[in-house]
Amino acid sequence: MEVLVTALICFPFLWAILPAVIHNSKRRAFAVYLGCTIVTILSVATALKWYLAGGQALDFRLPYQHLFGEIFMWGDIFLMFFITYLSYKHKRLIISVLTIVSTVVPTVLEKFGPKLGLAPTMRFDWLTLIMVLIIGVVGSLIGIYAVGYMHGFHIHHHKEVKDRRSFFLSMIFVFFGAMFGLVTSANLLGLYFFWEVTSVTSFLLIGYTRTDEAINNSFKALWMNLLGGCGLTVAISVGIIYFHTANLYDMISAAELNPNDMLCLLPISMLAFAALTKSAQFPFSGWLLGAMVAPTPSSALLHSATMVKAGVYMLIRISTAMADNYVGNMVALIGGFTFFAASCFAITVSDGKKVLAYSTISNLGLIVACTGCGYEETIWAAVFLVIFHAVSKSMLFQCVGAIETTIGSRDVEEMQGLMSIFPKLAFILMVGIAGMFLAPFGMLISKWAALKAFIDTSSVYVSTLMVLFICFGSATTMFYWTKWMSKILGASKREKSRDLTKKNEYISMFFHAFMMIALILGFPWLSENVLKPLSDEMFGDVKQVISYENMVIMIVLLCGVFIIPFVNYILTKGQKVKQVITYMGGVNAGDNFNFISSTGDPKELEISNFYMEELLGEKKLFTPAILISSFIIIVYLIIVVGGALQ
Amino acid sequence: MAKIHKSPWLIHYDGSSCNGCDIEVLACTTPVYDVERFGIINTGNPMHADIFLITGGINSQNESVVKQIYEQMPQPKVVIAVGTCACTGGIFKECYNIKGGADTVIPVDIYVPGCAARPESIIDGVVKGIGLFKEKAAALSAEKKAL
Amino acid sequence: MTISERIIFALLYIVLAPFIIGLLDGFDRKISARMQGRRGPSVLQPFFDLKKLFEKEFLTANKMQLFLIRSYLCFIVLSGIIFFGGFDLLLVIFSLSTAAMFLILASTATHSPFASQGTSRELVQIMACEPMELLVAVGFYLATSTFTVSDIVSKSTVANIRYLPGFFVGFVFILTIKFRKSPFDISTSHHAHQEVIKGVTSEMVGKEYAMVTIAEWYENAILLGIVGLFFVSNNILTVLGGIIAILAIWFLEILIDNTSARVKWQLMLKLAWGVTIVAAGMNLFLLEIIRG
Repeated sequence: MEVLVTALICFPFLWAILPAVIHNSKRRAFAVYLGCTIVTILSVATALKWYLAGGQALDFRLPYQHLFGEIFMWGDIFLMFFITYLSYKHKRLIISVLTIVSTVVPTVLEKFGPKLGLAPTMRFDWLTLIMVLIIGVVGSLIGIYAVGYMHGFHIHHHKEVKDRRSFFLSMIFVFFGAMFGLVTSANLLGLYFFWEVTSVTSFLLIGYTRTDEAINNSFKALWMNLLGGCGLTVAISVGIIYFHTANLYDMISAAELNPNDMLCLLPISMLAFAALTKSAQFPFSGWLLGAMVAPTPSSALLHSATMVKAGVYMLIRISTAMADNYVGNMVALIGGFTFFAASCFAITVSDGKKVLAYSTISNLGLIVACTGCGYEETIWAAVFLVIFHAVSKSMLFQCVGAIETTIGSRDVEEMQGLMSIFPKLAFILMVGIAGMFLAPFGMLISKWAALKAFIDTSSVYVSTLMVLFICFGSATTMFYWTKWMSKILGASKREKSRDLTKKNEYISMFFHAFMMIALILGFPWLSENVLKPLSDEMFGDVKQVISYENMVIMIVLLCGVFIIPFVNYILTKGQKVKQVITYMGGVNAGDNFNFISSTGDPKELEISNFYMEELLGEKKLFTPAILISSFIIIVYLIIVVGGALQ
Repeated sequence: MAKIHKSPWLIHYDGSSCNGCDIEVLACTTPVYDVERFGIINTGNPMHADIFLITGGINSQNESVVKQIYEQMPQPKVVIAVGTCACTGGIFKECYNIKGGADTVIPVDIYVPGCAARPESIIDGVVKGIGLFKEKAAALSAEKKAL
Repeated sequence: MTISERIIFALLYIVLAPFIIGLLDGFDRKISARMQGRRGPSVLQPFFDLKKLFEKEFLTANKMQLFLIRSYLCFIVLSGIIFFGGFDLLLVIFSLSTAAMFLILASTATHSPFASQGTSRELVQIMACEPMELLVAVGFYLATSTFTVSDIVSKSTVANIRYLPGFFVGFVFILTIKFRKSPFDISTSHHAHQEVIKGVTSEMVGKEYAMVTIAEWYENAILLGIVGLFFVSNNILTVLGGIIAILAIWFLEILIDNTSARVKWQLMLKLAWGVTIVAAGMNLFLLEIIRG
């Protein structure tokens, strides 16, 4: 097991060298495919081995732990110099302060502070299992997609951008390695290293095209994530100085034992703060929105399998220490607020990728809110959301990327009638959207559980606010997804053209669609055999979260969403029907896309969705949203830090 | 199709006219005349309508419009021309741009004369139209059975 | 509730709901006409309309529409079965919003300007109503500690309206939107009124439109059922109170319909959300405090 996990972490880092040094496009592609396959196999093998061994949480030290410790430390220092150099180069030296502080302090403490015992540094349990599978499978698929997409990106569409595909592809592997390390580390010093690696890698990926916008956005991502890193540093320092441990689980159990001792809560609150920046919650949502400028595979990577999932992973980890205390309330409120606010903004934008970005933020908000509540129902819901979100978001980003390549635009309004010209792409888009919000899928079961748990939350005002956030947030979520879905159907005014989507892109997307359907069908099994042991592990023995009766209804609904339309489709297929043109007050020019204007010439008819910019627009509400969420965070942190200093 | 005559929904189109008949048609829906008691609804949508009520004459501009609306109505359907202009072109008949009555573009079933046609006679025409509507429906269902 | 009871209730719903609601609709037209000083059509008029629509020739601008509308109808009926079968109230609402999505897809499939306009407004209407619908389920959970409809009835010793007056006010407010009555009939409207031709249903011909009408009846049955749920307890006599309440609310909606003019969607959204936050939010907060 130890060897497997070590291999899982080290392999992607080492393999990253291959795409970086191979410059022949075909051979490099082969290397990436091979690497991705090995990563998938490794992750599935690790997961299976652990699962078959009985699924007991496993604490262990890496082989050559001391050596790895040194690597982490020098790695941190290297990253610090690297960031400082880059921020100097781009005249943003102020950012380097963050990295210097957050690197020097733990390094000094580690070298000269109190000596720590030989505690286990790694841990493999049910949550790790799920994360490893998500990163391994979804991440690798994105890697495969990236090869085809980046080829088209440089050869056909963005000839002006310097071809740095080698760099891009190797960064993807670095990302995998860092994520595997992150989810298996129990020692915060190791975890911190991987955390910083993901921050820097995402910074490099966002800045890939090196345009002014890309550079600005990448630095935004960098400083926000480094700020989160500072939170991690504080947690490490407090742990080493006051508790003589850098082990995450020791800190969690300390906080669980003394929920009213602010000193025990301090590291938890700092970890939560770091996780909030990473999972792009308000007020730190800016970086994920800016990340859109990067080529699509990197957006898919950041939004689905990696990066933002690191944040929510951390929150799910520490959720037992947050139940019904100040930290939990802070996290829940921020999450709930983000869920609602981001879904409002998603209504007002028409750029497909931006809608997806806001929906990621909003969905993560729901997950974060669930973890902040910290009951078994909400953790159950949160993990489900993480799984569904990873698969469907990765699929959606890939699909929007492919659509952009094919029709030359990623604007939702331009996707009118996609079903009639590119049915394959439209089908994938539909499955992805359905997976994000439709009744029996992830969102419904999770919302059901979350609502129930929030009503039972002990703090009156948090409970009330959270219920309101969820109710209003689901209304706005429904709005933006449905209006997108309704765009895809119907007739299109575009000419049928060649589908420019590469074969490997389709392989990846269809595999996602297949996974999505498998997940839905396997949901009762998943709940019983993976989610239940996970809750048992975190909360002791728990009963079934969702009653048998409701499980049956959900399965009926679930079959309904597939079967009812399908059966109806079959039944109505042979229907005799007289085709008519749509009603336009009698002036339809005959093709449903033009009308006879008052001058007697046909004019094109534009149909557009509602965007409600003057009601909910970014310009109007973004700053207030940032202010409100900053206020919540600052107030709660003051309570916790002040309490600890007393 | 026993009950089809009990729910005739109509669509009203005003062609080239002085709007007198137009106003009289609307008067039919007021409390004084209350056509809704016959189950009649003034829809704005040919797809939902059974009776096409035309007032005013046909000119070269509205010719295609009238034709299109007629085609968008599902069978069985009845066309009623209300007012002299819709019946024959009326006093505008000789104008350079007027083609004549509604029957120059679509088949008209019932003619309601008058300038302007009185609400009473319009209702009379509609009720007559309902009778015809019944016949057409019966013919249509017989045709369906024969197939 | 035993399985057989659930099945009986569900069957009763499937069979009776369209007749009862259709009849109520007929009376609605009659009463509206009387309020306006007219005689009005027969109370059976909605059924005549329906029968005629089924027998009209079938035209369509997009063939996909028909199967989407049938799915809409099926989902509404499914939600009704969940509700009247006494299952989970929250799932009823989720299922209803899934159904609504099919209606929206059906309506936009045609690329018609009027239908699209209606659809966008319909979406706004759904967005305006959904928080309140979810909150009603939350309210019942707070009052009775369960989402299950059969338990809500059998576990409460007094009518839940005593704990949930704010939720009730909010729910009645959005009922006007749900029933497509003035001042909120902005996406499409029931019987004689017109709005942007016929809004969402503009392109639905003959039997398609008939199916949408039936689906609306089934949906209204669920909504009125929820109104009744506020008044019913485990005492069998309270069912009578529930029926009286339903009729009273139904009459109130007709009165509102006939005395108000249509508003813009912006105002509707603000009003609906405002009332939801003030009435239901307050009630929610107080109940939370009482529960501790």
